[in-house]
Amino acid sequence: MSANFRTAEDGRIDRSRPLGFRFDERSYQGFPGDTLASALLANGVHLVGRSFKYHRPRGILSAGADEPNALVAVRRDEARYTPNLRATQVELYQGLSAESQNRSPSLAFDIGAVNDRLSRFFPAGFYYKTFMWPRKAWERWYEPWIRAMAGLGRAPTLPDPDRYANRFAHCDVLVVGAGPAGLAAALSAAEAGARVILCDEQAEFGGSLLAESDATIEGKPAATWLAETVALLALKPRVTLLPRTTAFGYFAYNMVGLAERLTEHLAEPDPALPRERLWQVRAREVVLAAGAIERPLVFPGNDRPGVMLADATRTYLNRYGVKCGSRAVVVTAHDAAYRAALELHRAGVAIAAIADLRTAANGPLPEAARAAGLPVRPATTITGTGGRLRVTAASLAPLAAESDRRGAEPLTCDLVLMSGGFTPSVHLFSQSRGKLRFDGELAAYVPGHSVQQERSAGACRGVFGLAAALADGAAAGEAAARAAGFSAARARSFACHASGFGTGGIRSVLPNAHGAKAFVDFQNDVTADDLVLATREGFHSIEHVKRYTTTGMATDQGKTSNMNALGIVSEALGKPIPEIGLTTFRMPYTPVSFGILAGPSRDELFDPVRTTPIHDWATAHGAVFEDVGQWKRARYFPAPGEDMERAVARECRAVRQSTGIFDASTLGKIEVVGPDAVEFMNRIYVNAWSRLGAGRCRYGLVLREDGFIADDGVVGRLAENRFHVTTTTGGATRVLAQMEDYLQTEWPELEVWLTSVTEQWAVIAVQGPRSRAVLEGLVEGIDIASRAMPHMSVAEGRIRGVPTRLFRVSYTGELGFEVNVPADYGRAVWEEIFEAGQPHGITPYGTETMHVLRAEKGYIVVGQETDGTATPDDVGLTWAVGKTKPDFVGKRSLARPAMRAPGRKQLVGLLTEDPHFLLEEGAQILAAPNQKAPTKPLGHVTSSYRSATLGRTIALAMIAGGRDRMGEMLYVTTAERPVPAKVTSPVFYDPEGARLDAA
Amino acid sequence: MPPDRAALARLPAASRFILRGKPAAVTAAGNVFGIGLPEQACRAAVAADRAALWLGPDEWLLLAPESEGAELGATLARAMAGAAHSLVDVSHRQIAIEVSGPNAEAMLNAGCPLDLDPGAFPVGMCTRTVLAKAEIVLWRTMPLCFRVEVSRSFAAYVWRLLEGASREFGPQPKRCGE
Repeated sequence: MSANFRTAEDGRIDRSRPLGFRFDERSYQGFPGDTLASALLANGVHLVGRSFKYHRPRGILSAGADEPNALVAVRRDEARYTPNLRATQVELYQGLSAESQNRSPSLAFDIGAVNDRLSRFFPAGFYYKTFMWPRKAWERWYEPWIRAMAGLGRAPTLPDPDRYANRFAHCDVLVVGAGPAGLAAALSAAEAGARVILCDEQAEFGGSLLAESDATIEGKPAATWLAETVALLALKPRVTLLPRTTAFGYFAYNMVGLAERLTEHLAEPDPALPRERLWQVRAREVVLAAGAIERPLVFPGNDRPGVMLADATRTYLNRYGVKCGSRAVVVTAHDAAYRAALELHRAGVAIAAIADLRTAANGPLPEAARAAGLPVRPATTITGTGGRLRVTAASLAPLAAESDRRGAEPLTCDLVLMSGGFTPSVHLFSQSRGKLRFDGELAAYVPGHSVQQERSAGACRGVFGLAAALADGAAAGEAAARAAGFSAARARSFACHASGFGTGGIRSVLPNAHGAKAFVDFQNDVTADDLVLATREGFHSIEHVKRYTTTGMATDQGKTSNMNALGIVSEALGKPIPEIGLTTFRMPYTPVSFGILAGPSRDELFDPVRTTPIHDWATAHGAVFEDVGQWKRARYFPAPGEDMERAVARECRAVRQSTGIFDASTLGKIEVVGPDAVEFMNRIYVNAWSRLGAGRCRYGLVLREDGFIADDGVVGRLAENRFHVTTTTGGATRVLAQMEDYLQTEWPELEVWLTSVTEQWAVIAVQGPRSRAVLEGLVEGIDIASRAMPHMSVAEGRIRGVPTRLFRVSYTGELGFEVNVPADYGRAVWEEIFEAGQPHGITPYGTETMHVLRAEKGYIVVGQETDGTATPDDVGLTWAVGKTKPDFVGKRSLARPAMRAPGRKQLVGLLTEDPHFLLEEGAQILAAPNQKAPTKPLGHVTSSYRSATLGRTIALAMIAGGRDRMGEMLYVTTAERPVPAKVTSPVFYDPEGARLDAA
Repeated sequence: MPPDRAALARLPAASRFILRGKPAAVTAAGNVFGIGLPEQACRAAVAADRAALWLGPDEWLLLAPESEGAELGATLARAMAGAAHSLVDVSHRQIAIEVSGPNAEAMLNAGCPLDLDPGAFPVGMCTRTVLAKAEIVLWRTMPLCFRVEVSRSFAAYVWRLLEGASREFGPQPKRCGE
């Protein structure tokens, strides 16, 4: 087994419950409270991955979200395989199984590492320079090769079986980050009575307090204060605490997206819990307390496993009880590394040397280090590291001018601590569209001008040190609460004793590091030389340098690298950093899963599935359904052994010869009621309604303002002031909205009101010569004889005791009725009619048959024959237009010359020369069979069916000047060759309409 | 888990009318309905087993027990005769779902973007809103009890969504007040 680097005691892990886990087929042990990274380090494992481009061995660099190297895949099963997780953020659980990425065959021996030897052939912009020619090589060779090389990890191959939840939330103050600043802010705001949400990406609240060894707050050890503060907040009913929750995006109007991970840390997740939850928080005020990220130093071999950020090693020691090595070399430009050195030293880690890049190492922390006997070497740099899969030595050299690497002194070590200072985490502030400001004294970008209701507190705005962060956070919480309307808010003050944070920092490459691999961006393998080369090749804007070298473009978005890249480009160009510009901070802060973004919207909740009251009957009778918008509609009812063609032929014959029954419940229905109802109808529809008597129906046509057909449907006048309007299934919502829009904005003076009744009524169409006979025995209170109830009439009565609106209408060309009953009764009434129709051979039919029957009659479908550019005249509906009406929606547009120009496409029928050839809907229509490209089509096929009634195929088409082409032979494109078809009237069956009264 | 943490129940059928019209009609309707129709936006008025929900400046949803529907419709129409209005029976257009318990707000906020804190959405408040991809009318009938009115073809979607959201709070369909 592996070495044990666990301290004897301390840390926030539960040593009483060892956890077994696997990494790359080897078993290890850790404890509750560990991350995968801390548990691996405790076992002496630093090598965890291979780099993206050069396949260099890489180790754990950091202890948090900024980790660029330790990207692993965690596998529960093949459906729960998550690649590219930062090992520093993966909580350990019993049985966790993780594997490294980007290596083959193994982490220790990786064939791809040959790229490292060949690295001088992979300069910045390698792709742009190399894959230029020959052009043909792209498809065959370059692209497949690049695709095989590109990407880290692999995607799971099975569908995600877990549930993801969504939650909308509102609060007065959202605090992002539960370190000292965030906790103090939340306390101030909560004590003022504000509704507070406090979130933190880590499993435990506390931020830097979790790694605090000797600080006290209000006289208590930091850990005690932390526990009490969290407990206090948890007791407040208006405070919501969200650990394991990353604020990943700051959107407009103070909407912040939070990704909460509920079960990722559990060995056996509770199936009742969603795996993750997306919080969409609308906050009155936001306090950003995101902390800061330590910068690596840029020197040759700085990517060797065992080279770590100094403060991260403190975290591993104090929080996880893990010593990251046994003998450390410390290299720093910031006092904070001394604190790490001191604490590691106290824990028994030998400190071989502290190389300080500054000419003088003074101040309390360096003095304390000296007092502890640590070898402090000011004005000293690191010129390289030794070792293959783990650092074994670090070479230090005096900073004296022109000293070179050969004069360096190699020190044996298994750990290198580095600190280039701290970069405030301004990601969310920047996403909020706030303007960053370059603070010359800190040499860092900090939040400047805010454009949303937010404020930053603590290290994320450059306020470093425990006491300062607490005070800054408390003030920010007070300010946020006040801004949210809690004027009594008071900032708490905290008595705090902590070692100073110190000062310092560097943002560039170390001296003498050029010409060797000194990494800036670890995840994308970008070196200092790559950046310098890019500037030499003319890329001077940081946005261009970024894209040319890919620095900062990995999944970590340059959390550890961006400032160093800016510094290097700044030096190369001889311009101060603020003049180089800054790349954009994009959401998400850390990657979020597709699952959390999809949320519950998958499978049966992907979109509402709307069904009619008769749906279950249709299902039971073997219906095949089709999607019409969100509705499921029965398309046909195949008898055993029938395909669609034969089922539809049978259904069509039944309607033409006896009777069919059809579920038309999805039709849009609007009740238009009021003294001005008829006036409103006159204005909305092209038709004239004034002379339509109560009890009568009319086919209505609605245009848009531009004069083109928007919708159609039969309208019944139930009473003087009451119309029952039907619309197409797909147009129901749109037509109601258009009507309401006109009423509210154009004609507010009209006393008429609209109510959607689409779902109030189940609609059962009974169509065919025997339909009256079927209904006769069922209908009560309505005389349905032809004289009393002619075609296009409506009456109210009962059917088998159920109140009904009975329409005599036909979309089939046959005698027909549409029975409207309140939806709850739909199924029962349908079954009564079906039963009564048995002696007449009543046959259920679906939308496909409905389409064939209406096409035989030349009835249009809005959206199929029309395409948003068809006028009533184009589709032969001039008769519907009320010529004498003063106005209606679209009337003025119809008067435009272009709307009457000759050569407009007109609705016609098409009969193929071969009566059994079925044209394709959408096929183009040509004047001659052998036209040379480019041809100008005359029009296109809009509907095409096999007509059982006519014993041949039929088609409808929109053809330029079509009505003047009757009898012409035109040619319709097919996959093979144009086929001849004759232009005919669009009415193929019963043109005189005799069958409407045939019984 | 305590058994009453979250509850989801389909409410019995009801008589529903959409009343739209001029003030004279609205006053007359209130007189016979037994509840003055609320003039304050997004507020419901309740008396015994009837309720009137403000849905718009000239639109109310009237709720009554199913058995009273036919008689109620005729009574309302008579009372408003002569005053411009529209009274439409929509009893079967929608169904009602009750969401109750300490986690009712959380369940609804799985799909409803409104602030449902009692301070922002008090008892008696009602509004048209959305639940994920469905339009609903949401009414807070009691501190821990909401009534969701939803078009019948969207009911299965709404139910499944709420049922999914309730799962983490433990099982138990149980009515509030029971």
